[in-house]
Amino acid sequence: MNYVIIGNSAAAIGTVAGIREFDSTGNITIISDEKYHTYSRPLISYWLEGKVTEKNILYRPADYYEQNNVTPVLGRKVTKIDAANKSVLLEDGLQIQYDKLMVATGSKPFVPPMNGLDKVHYHTFMSFDSAKAIRSEAKDGMKVLIIGAGLIGLKAAEALSAYNAKITVVDMADRILPSILDVRAGVKMQKHIESKGVKFILGTSAEEFTEHSAKLKNGVTVDFDMLIIAVGVRPNTELVSDAGGNVDRGIITDMTQKTSLDDVYAAGDCTVSYDASSDTNKILALLPNAYMQGEVAGRNMAGREFRYVNAIPMNAIGFFGLHIISAGSYDGEEYVEETENTYKKLVFRENRLVGYILIGDVRRAGIYTSMIKERIDLGEVDIDMLKEKPQMMMFGKTRRLDKLGGITK
Amino acid sequence: MKKVYVNEDWCLACHLCEYYCAAANSGATDMIKAFKSGKNPIPRIQVEEGSEVNFAVQCRHCDGKACVKGCIAGALSITPEGVVVCDENKCVGCGTCILSCPFGCIVIDEDNHRIAKCDLCTKNHDGEPACVQGCPNNAIVFEER
Amino acid sequence: MGVEFIYPEFEVIRNDERCIGCRVCERQCANEVHRYDVERGRMMSDETTCVNCQRCVSLCPTRALKIVKSDCTLRENANWQNDTIKEVYKQANSGGVLLSSMGNPKPMPVYWDKILINASQVTNPSIDPLREPMETKVFLGKKPEKITRDENGRLITDLPPHLELSMPVMFSAMSYGSISYNAHASLARAATKLGVYYNTGEGGLHEDFFKYGENTIVQVASGRFGVNEEYLSAGAAIEIKMGQGAKPGIGGHLPGMKINDEISKTRMIPKGTDAISPAPHHDIYSIEDLRQLVFSLKEATNWEKPVIVKIAAVHNVAAIASGVARSGADIIAIDGFRGGTGAAPTRIRDNVGIPIELALASVDARLRDEGIRNDVSVVVGGSVRSAADVVKAIALGADACYIATSALLALGCHLCRSCNTGKCNWGIATQRADLVKRLNPDIGYQRLVNLVTAWDHEIKEMMGGMGINSIEALRGNRLMLRGVGLTQKELDILGIQHAGE
Repeated sequence: MNYVIIGNSAAAIGTVAGIREFDSTGNITIISDEKYHTYSRPLISYWLEGKVTEKNILYRPADYYEQNNVTPVLGRKVTKIDAANKSVLLEDGLQIQYDKLMVATGSKPFVPPMNGLDKVHYHTFMSFDSAKAIRSEAKDGMKVLIIGAGLIGLKAAEALSAYNAKITVVDMADRILPSILDVRAGVKMQKHIESKGVKFILGTSAEEFTEHSAKLKNGVTVDFDMLIIAVGVRPNTELVSDAGGNVDRGIITDMTQKTSLDDVYAAGDCTVSYDASSDTNKILALLPNAYMQGEVAGRNMAGREFRYVNAIPMNAIGFFGLHIISAGSYDGEEYVEETENTYKKLVFRENRLVGYILIGDVRRAGIYTSMIKERIDLGEVDIDMLKEKPQMMMFGKTRRLDKLGGITK
Repeated sequence: MKKVYVNEDWCLACHLCEYYCAAANSGATDMIKAFKSGKNPIPRIQVEEGSEVNFAVQCRHCDGKACVKGCIAGALSITPEGVVVCDENKCVGCGTCILSCPFGCIVIDEDNHRIAKCDLCTKNHDGEPACVQGCPNNAIVFEER
Repeated sequence: MGVEFIYPEFEVIRNDERCIGCRVCERQCANEVHRYDVERGRMMSDETTCVNCQRCVSLCPTRALKIVKSDCTLRENANWQNDTIKEVYKQANSGGVLLSSMGNPKPMPVYWDKILINASQVTNPSIDPLREPMETKVFLGKKPEKITRDENGRLITDLPPHLELSMPVMFSAMSYGSISYNAHASLARAATKLGVYYNTGEGGLHEDFFKYGENTIVQVASGRFGVNEEYLSAGAAIEIKMGQGAKPGIGGHLPGMKINDEISKTRMIPKGTDAISPAPHHDIYSIEDLRQLVFSLKEATNWEKPVIVKIAAVHNVAAIASGVARSGADIIAIDGFRGGTGAAPTRIRDNVGIPIELALASVDARLRDEGIRNDVSVVVGGSVRSAADVVKAIALGADACYIATSALLALGCHLCRSCNTGKCNWGIATQRADLVKRLNPDIGYQRLVNLVTAWDHEIKEMMGGMGINSIEALRGNRLMLRGVGLTQKELDILGIQHAGE
């Protein structure tokens, strides 16, 4: 059996794990246009900040490919999938046959057309190479302008504050981290990040860029030594769409992660997922989601039958020492507690917990996550305890002992 | 695989397991040294207290292994015996495993910007985990089920 | 709040070099002696409520604690000793009868300690119990006077009912109510494992423990709590409690606050009501009355269970025992004045009754003199503290011993003598659910089994030393005993010679 995987990040590694669970001998080839051994994409900001070494940015040990009998084909780009002949074509002309193909191509930075942008030097922040480019140009005390107050933009801001940079973040939205936080939580995080010296200009966008300067639509002009564009990402879907596969905002798969093309699977940020918490299809660009989709796909590619269910949006991240964990959907009845340093929001719908946001005190948040994923009815838990903090005590004795594997009398 | 189990009928919420755990994982040779040298040893086991029952919770080394699958740094892994372990040099303390663990068993080590979790004392010493040894009422056991 | 006359008896000494502030002492003290001072970030203590039960000391993970006797003292006075003066203060303060628990702590003579055991040398060989068989099995009940045969010459083996003990030690009566469910569970399981018996006391039998019936002695006392046909049939023997060594002549009182749902059900009395055992049985004013109860109980249980009559060791114990032997009882249990209790008036505990050693010797002698020794077995209790005490008791004439305080010590009791407060930190003498939980019967039962097994080894070793390989050959064998430091009168009562004779 010949397995070919396009991509070398979490979804690809998950795929290898899924395949190797049931097939220890089949040939696995990993093809990536990045030249690196598999590395953790979210760690590039930690590397830039100097908290993680180049060795520790590796997502798996150095001997990973040998241990798992994987042939890496790195630094070479796939240009075409020939679904009819079951082969992929590389830009250098090499053709590789597959029996089962995984498309784990992830996403790319989205840089919208902006006046003057083509004339200025700017960075994106999605790959190890982009992080290296930033580090090579970083200077102590430089002025940095970041367009985009989402996860990537703010992680870049945090990393660059280690260079004593004077950072300004501009976003068209009137609040930060809109993809994971509600308004109140956004304000809280904004205040915290501002207290660390980062300046926000919200509700506006760049009208025109000139050398080392951006004029905003609200009339303000921001000077910069370094410009980073982090307004969003777009899934890499072209390989599948060009081969005739179904693609919407991302690659469409069934619950086994198979695309509409025979023997072609897809997983990770390039795909559309079903969000069980909001009952909608969306792109869930999350590392755990990518890995688990890959794992399910790998098992199916190895001839077993598995389905990927219970995916929900979820995020664990921290900025300047303040942790955020959030998950699920925020559409429903709310319960909110807020102190100077913490924020807790629980969202209930149809007598279930469907979403939450925790800031500051994120201890044991996974218990909330499991309540969302397992769709546990509120009738089965002590609601006061649920609201107080995540705890196993809130479950009835039977469910609790079941979960903890405890002894009954 | 032998795991740590808690019998809530006998847990007294004395919290000694937390202290034995923290000391065993602190690297210090005895408990006084562990707690009196200015550091803040982190227990990997947590006691939940109720009006009638109490119990301690620690990594279940469960089948789901959502923490390992979700780890962004590749710091969490599974030993051949099935023990979920954390490479403390690789962990960046992002909290994705805390988000993922359905039992709330992974704790934050704020001082060191990483997480801490039960590895069944495989790194500390041979034999029974420290919480099991330290429980005064046999509420915590280490056994195959 | 007037002047407090009494300075705390103990001091909590905390070594701050070792204390890590884990607060286990605070969490485990039902008397609330310890507390954590958040502002100062350290543990504090208030000894006024400390009973010196050592729970905190035992659980402290860094051995940072010790409890010492306070050296704050009143002026020395051989007549008016500190404790005596404090008791006066207490009564002047409360106006009540002083209550205390466990056995008599006064420095009265302990005759066990003045009796020495013989060993073989040269002319009669000693026996190595590790290499040769050694019998410690005991049967309790009436023994036939002579062998009888039927017309065909076959042995008639119809014997009255007996109790079979793997060794001559049983757990004596402690009621469910005075001790906890888990303490009872520990005793029941240990007795079953050991092949001996435990005793329900007067508190009835919890339905969970019916399964240990073959190793249970069910008690019928003056309050008749929990007594019904099912209860009587559940045990292996029935004990009529006429008296208790710790408080001869008086009844018992379990306060209503300890009568929770389970105890109410087991004792068959309303929840929250005081459980009062009258001083006498109101239907027993003579040996004849006692005989009626003995026979009633035998009749109720189809003549299948031996009946024990338990009496306290008092002045004319020998005559009383003689009467009991004639009442139809199969076994007489005698409880000495150092025996324990969950609660007793201090004056009674410390001043009423006589030592078990003297009572045993005189009862055994009297029953022999009257030729009725084989009509009953004799079981003694009231501070049997070790295997040596057991061996001495058997040699003085006992068939077996009852132990209770030793058993409680095995379960964790530290003899703080505060059972009457209901706040036993070791989960033994309490009904508070959070405290009861502290005694895990899985641990408790194993410790009891360990203790009694260890004693069995020691008994066999001492027997072997004497050249005796059967406990039967030791019983009443007073030649194996010698006294030291005893008067001729004491030696005469004990029926033993002085060391050197």
